[in-house]
Amino acid sequence: MSFLEIAVNISIIMIGLSLILIFIRLAIGPTIEDRIVALDLLAANAIGFVAVYAIQNKTTTFLDVGIIVALLAFLGTVAFAYYLERRTRK
Amino acid sequence: MFSIILSTASRYLLPLMLIFSFFLFLRGHNEPGGGFVGGLVAAAAYALYLIANGIEEAKLLLRAEPIKLIALGLFFAIVSTFLSLMTGQDFMTGIWAKNEFPVIGKVGTPLLFDLGVYFLVLGIVLKIIFSLAEEDNK
Repeated sequence: MSFLEIAVNISIIMIGLSLILIFIRLAIGPTIEDRIVALDLLAANAIGFVAVYAIQNKTTTFLDVGIIVALLAFLGTVAFAYYLERRTRK
Repeated sequence: MFSIILSTASRYLLPLMLIFSFFLFLRGHNEPGGGFVGGLVAAAAYALYLIANGIEEAKLLLRAEPIKLIALGLFFAIVSTFLSLMTGQDFMTGIWAKNEFPVIGKVGTPLLFDLGVYFLVLGIVLKIIFSLAEEDNK
């Protein structure tokens, strides 16, 4: 097993653990702000997972999936913030 | 809500995301991508512009009604299916041009069909987003 394979395996395990932690925060998060931040973090972790998966399989096509997830997650966070501000102003 | 940072950023992000959506659209026949994802990314670009600058600006930028984009997409899709009948082949047979074009690659009726899907998805998603935003302003 080469060094790269060991590193990829470790990072997959760690990203999986952090996904579990984020899901716990998403489920119990007391306020809606916690849940929005958790969703944003979930997308960031998904991008990291896609990148690691691309390294593991030695393909570059999955990296475009990461780009799309990054764009849409940014849009989603902005939209959430937009509606959150409207709600708190009323 | 008006954020000058988001408004300025959306002005630069919009052309970048449109170029990216076109790249996804062209790559779609043999690799991940295609008209559906391309249309979704293009619609996301307009949605970001709408959130940053308001619905009036977004409508000015788009120039066309979303319902016309839907009609254009359906028209492209239908034309691409009937072209094979004119050459005597079966309905919906893919016809490809002999020589390849630079940048675009091979051109044929599947590309035209994908272009139809692109405009259809763009039109429908923009129609939904514009309707929601208008409902919001009342």
